[in-house]
Amino acid sequence: MEAARRDPRWLRVLLISITLLFLGLFLFLPLVTVFLEALRKGLGAYFASFKEPAARSAILLTLVTAAISVPCNLLFGLTASWAIAKFEFKGKNILITLIDLPFAVSPVISGLIFVLLFGAQGWFGPWLTAHHMHVIFAVPGIVLATIFITFPFVAREIIPLMQEQDTDEEYAAMSLGASGWQTFWRVTLPNVKWALLYGVVLCNARAMGEFGAVSVVSGHIRGKTNTIPLHVEILYNEYNFVAAFAVASLLALLALVTLVAKTALEARIRRVAHDAAAAEETFA
Amino acid sequence: MSIEARNISKSFGSFQALRKVNLKVNDGELVALLGPSGSGKTTLLRIISGLEEADPDSSSAILFNGEDVTASRAGQRRVGFVFQHYALFRNMSVFENIAFGLRVRPRRVRPSESAVRAKVQELLKLIHLEGLAERAPSQLSGGQRQRVALARALAIEPKVLLLDEPFGALDAKVRHSLRSWLRRLHDEIHVTSILVTHDQEEALEVADRVVVMRDGRIEQEGTPDEVYHRPTSEFVMDFMGNVNLFHGRIEDGKAVFGPLVWDHSGGEFPDGHGARLFARPFELDISHEQNGRPSLRARVTRVQSAGAQVRIELNSESGQTMHVEMPHARFRERSVAPKDEVFVSFLDGRVFFEERKQ
Repeated sequence: MEAARRDPRWLRVLLISITLLFLGLFLFLPLVTVFLEALRKGLGAYFASFKEPAARSAILLTLVTAAISVPCNLLFGLTASWAIAKFEFKGKNILITLIDLPFAVSPVISGLIFVLLFGAQGWFGPWLTAHHMHVIFAVPGIVLATIFITFPFVAREIIPLMQEQDTDEEYAAMSLGASGWQTFWRVTLPNVKWALLYGVVLCNARAMGEFGAVSVVSGHIRGKTNTIPLHVEILYNEYNFVAAFAVASLLALLALVTLVAKTALEARIRRVAHDAAAAEETFA
Repeated sequence: MSIEARNISKSFGSFQALRKVNLKVNDGELVALLGPSGSGKTTLLRIISGLEEADPDSSSAILFNGEDVTASRAGQRRVGFVFQHYALFRNMSVFENIAFGLRVRPRRVRPSESAVRAKVQELLKLIHLEGLAERAPSQLSGGQRQRVALARALAIEPKVLLLDEPFGALDAKVRHSLRSWLRRLHDEIHVTSILVTHDQEEALEVADRVVVMRDGRIEQEGTPDEVYHRPTSEFVMDFMGNVNLFHGRIEDGKAVFGPLVWDHSGGEFPDGHGARLFARPFELDISHEQNGRPSLRARVTRVQSAGAQVRIELNSESGQTMHVEMPHARFRERSVAPKDEVFVSFLDGRVFFEERKQ
């Protein structure tokens, strides 16, 4: 900090300018373009883009996908972090590593894995066909791929927090006669609620915006298996720019809302941690 | 409510934390489990509370008032547990922390809201924190937090109170005042209590009885007076406070420590058998002339007179450092100063012998 302040003025100006230029060029400009292009033919054309049945179905499918995958990952994230933070067992480190797998694998590969598993020629393909069930090129495949892609988000947010908080409070609750369920609802969950919400916000943003993996398993059937990102691509390839950008602006708005929520939650988490630390300093 | 732990063993992986420990605590007693870290005292406490389970063994059991509670969970044992780092619920106010044990009771035995309020108010008064009911734990000092933790444990009207190094995380002054407060509290409410500590001063000051633990076993138990003045082993002697240690051996049936010859009444040992002499700093005296008592020649290296007692550091002829403590009045009579050549005599001391090889 001190050293930075002593740097010459021209260097400071240069560095700040470069940063701003990059931000403007690569982040701000595209975002503005999305809205400008979407509104090029006026508000009427903009809203008309959402009235189309294909667009409506894409929005609906995206909402359904998020509505299934976010709660699934919320549940999974809580279970996994509880297990990792509060118990000792063999293979714990492997589990922690595995949770990060979806971050390490390219989304397209993730999609392909599901095709290999559930596709017509896949491992479970013949069985699924025999029982008249469709996973690939259908909604279940999209949901599965989304769950896979987004499952680290919640777990990664709460594992470190739970580990840091130790098990003393849970033991205290138990010694006071609370059942496991009461301990979870009254002690464990409230202690991680902000981090949990933060994880959910990030998880939701990714669930709604995922392209690669979903693209592989969806089959791009208009009105049936298109999510918002896939719908945008189709519209764009058909040179229907206004509609493409209009639908894309929904995702851009989601991104903005996510950013605001993320910032607010981060501030909240920091304040809680800071309060605790400050109190420790003052009184301990 | 009496407590009895029978044949308790516990291992964590290859580490043996407790080896067939037997402990009895009488009704209304305050017992201190004292020992260095790793001696098993906290593990024993947690097993008594039900938060931890002893290694399976048909002869081991935990009994409360003679009744076997080995199979019941922590919550069913009605045990008040106080943790070293308070373990207050950070998302609840002081009030809700104390009320927790009452609110989680099954509906049919749960007290009414007004009964809960009355109970919490009563406990807040007991811990002298009436005005702080709505504070968050993070807004309290360490001493206040530990008092809240104690009130929370007392809210369930425990039959037994277990305290795991309750003052370990506090600074010296707060620790002192909380200690005497705890003792007064115990005299008021008479709940059978076990206190775990590694601080011998704390154990001696607070407890009715002290149980010294070492390597998963009970080394000695007795009143504070007994363990302090009549330690049965070198370990207890050393652990109970500062000591001067002299190495020597048996010669002609007497224990010899350099120029010092000590008549002992311990068993018979062959010549050459190792012996050790322990004397506390206040059991040594200093004089300019030899006074008939067993004594060692030494040179004063340092005098520290700021404090209740004067502390004198000396170097013996053989180069060993010794510590002597005496009241100011006696120090003035002796008139010693650094670099003086003096005699250190023994007012008291204890000789321990090397274990006989099996």
